[in-house]
Amino acid sequence: MDEMISVQTQDFDMAAEYQALLANTDGTSNSSDGAVVTFVGLVRDYNQGNHVEGLTLEHYPGMTEKALEDIVVAAQSKWPLGKVRVIHRIGKLALSDQIVFVGVTSKHREAAFEATQFIMDFLKNKAPFWKKEVTNIGERWVEAEDKDVKAQQRWDKA
Amino acid sequence: MIKVLFFAQLREQLNCAELTINLAEDTRFTAVSTLEQLRTELALTDDNWQSCLQTGKLLMAVNQTIVDGNQVLKDGDEVAFFPPVTGG
Repeated sequence: MDEMISVQTQDFDMAAEYQALLANTDGTSNSSDGAVVTFVGLVRDYNQGNHVEGLTLEHYPGMTEKALEDIVVAAQSKWPLGKVRVIHRIGKLALSDQIVFVGVTSKHREAAFEATQFIMDFLKNKAPFWKKEVTNIGERWVEAEDKDVKAQQRWDKA
Repeated sequence: MIKVLFFAQLREQLNCAELTINLAEDTRFTAVSTLEQLRTELALTDDNWQSCLQTGKLLMAVNQTIVDGNQVLKDGDEVAFFPPVTGG
């Protein structure tokens, strides 16, 4: 569980994370899983009507890790998953910088696809991170969006 | 003693990241037993605190878990108030 979740200022290496998902903890190859789904979220240049030049991510130390762990445990209880890895960056980020990584392995693709979306949908609504953007009209805190709430609520029915 | 934390725009608007409150001895807070009562008492600080803390959108956590206002507070708790989250 310890290395499943990371909240960090430094960047992450997608290729290395992918390789790590394919390996068992003893270094041997994880040959029982036939599917890997990965998601990377990036800093986009346009948001809520304005051009974005960069952003700062604030978080609640301790609670972020706990919230992410709770989300991963919920996903594991819903689908038969192999390995799960979540990385979320904090601090100052520039355009196109990587913000978040979610990687999930499973025997079959359906579980891996759905669990990855589930983790992102809950992360967007439950993990205590806040974005402050630098835009062409000055600095501003990003507003939470209803579409993210709806995206999470669809799992209530599933 | 309880610790009260504020994050993001709320922290900036209040110009306050952290408070320490002695629920048993600080006369302002001796009648406070639930999280909602703490929020109401803090909102009485002044007009700014009133408008920042009495918005329905604010999230509240006790000991790093999101809870509702009925949560009963006890000595040693870590309380946090923050706006809806925007990570990912």
